[in-house]
Amino acid sequence: MTSLFEEITPDPASDVPVRRVTLTLNGERRAAEIEPRLLLAHLLRSGFKLTGTHTGCDTTNCGACTVLFDGKPVKSCTMLAVQADGHEVTTVEGLATASELHPIQEGFKDAHGLQCGFCTPGMMLTAKALLDENPDPTEDEVRWALSGNLCRCTGYQNIVKAVLWAAAKQRGA
Amino acid sequence: MYPSRFRYEAPRSLEEATALLRDGGGEAKVLAGGQSLIPLMKLRFAAPEMLVDINEIPGLDSHQVDADGTIRIGALCRHADLEHSTVLASKQPTMAAAAPLIADPIVRNRGTLVGSLCHADPQGDWASVITALGGHVVAQGSSGRRTISMTDLVSGPFQNVLASDEIVVEAVVPAPKGTPAGGYLKLERRVGDFATAGVAVAIEWSGGSITRAGIALTGVGPSTIDATDAAQAVVGGALTAERIAHAAELAAQAAQPRTDHRGSAAFKRQIIRTFTARLLTRLASADEKAA
Repeated sequence: MTSLFEEITPDPASDVPVRRVTLTLNGERRAAEIEPRLLLAHLLRSGFKLTGTHTGCDTTNCGACTVLFDGKPVKSCTMLAVQADGHEVTTVEGLATASELHPIQEGFKDAHGLQCGFCTPGMMLTAKALLDENPDPTEDEVRWALSGNLCRCTGYQNIVKAVLWAAAKQRGA
Repeated sequence: MYPSRFRYEAPRSLEEATALLRDGGGEAKVLAGGQSLIPLMKLRFAAPEMLVDINEIPGLDSHQVDADGTIRIGALCRHADLEHSTVLASKQPTMAAAAPLIADPIVRNRGTLVGSLCHADPQGDWASVITALGGHVVAQGSSGRRTISMTDLVSGPFQNVLASDEIVVEAVVPAPKGTPAGGYLKLERRVGDFATAGVAVAIEWSGGSITRAGIALTGVGPSTIDATDAAQAVVGGALTAERIAHAAELAAQAAQPRTDHRGSAAFKRQIIRTFTARLLTRLASADEKAA
């Protein structure tokens, strides 16, 4: 079966020119030659094989495909991959180091912040951006920040607890 | 889902961008935040031949309040910038109230106020806010700049009057002559959904009397409704309970709601009546406290 990436890999017969994009992905410089209509989510998943970024609704609703774009959460199904040229993208694969989970990942583990796990990468990246800006959020602030990420298991209580757990851990509390 | 093929350009200046749009001859679209355009392209409701991505053009991402109180919102100013703006919070209450209600927090990091105005979605929140404030936009084309009032910008659902080579570079809210007050209320089924109905109220006080008022309605017509009769009903005096009820009734009459999956026409009209009254009542009690 042809992968989606191959399917929209430039068609030689097309007069739409190929674009070369160079981005900083999880701290590393990566480049790709793509068609302008390739979405960022597709470049990450099918192009760079980073399948931690999930595509849920594909209609800008659910937030499962959230990645950090220059440090801010964006829906990668609603950005063109060419727009990442010259920018920084962080996916869930960029959270942990080789030996250690990120405190947010630890929080999700400790507080049972996931059930099926589908929304988890997006939740964690949105949470990271929140904690980068506000290291000591209230529960309301966590709920507000996560309100664009949907959990079909409806496991919101523990997701909120996980983020508060991570905030406390990062503050050394 | 992915869009049909298009040519992509990311110019570094407005001059370059308008030249590209002119070459595109009506088949090119401006890409700013893309939070409406990209979904439409993925669904193939839109299939422009060229996208002119303005995100790499410097100088368009700011918002500012001039010395005289005029507010200018650049074409790349994101909803999140407005949500977290300290100047808006103190200077422009209707905009400050609306900013956190646009879409959801992730979309707000990307989407823009100006893009929302140009997109002309009858359920667009900003169009109501800028209409209620009597705002306008500044469009730049290959032959120069012109000013278009918010009420003239939109020619129908998802349609605007911009020429094919024009880019809206900023939205402008004129300086208030009195003390600005106002708010925005929106009924949504869940965070990020389009408005079932929404109401923007923007007034100016001077010596206990309302000197200017704007009321605009979201999601209850083929485009944003400028409820001028309702607004006129509160100008020239204090906000009495009687005048509030009268204005709310006129706003409800101005609405042209249609029954759909978000609610019946009668329900939406009732929401408009209730929200208009609620916003005006809040302003009346805030004014009493201040007095």
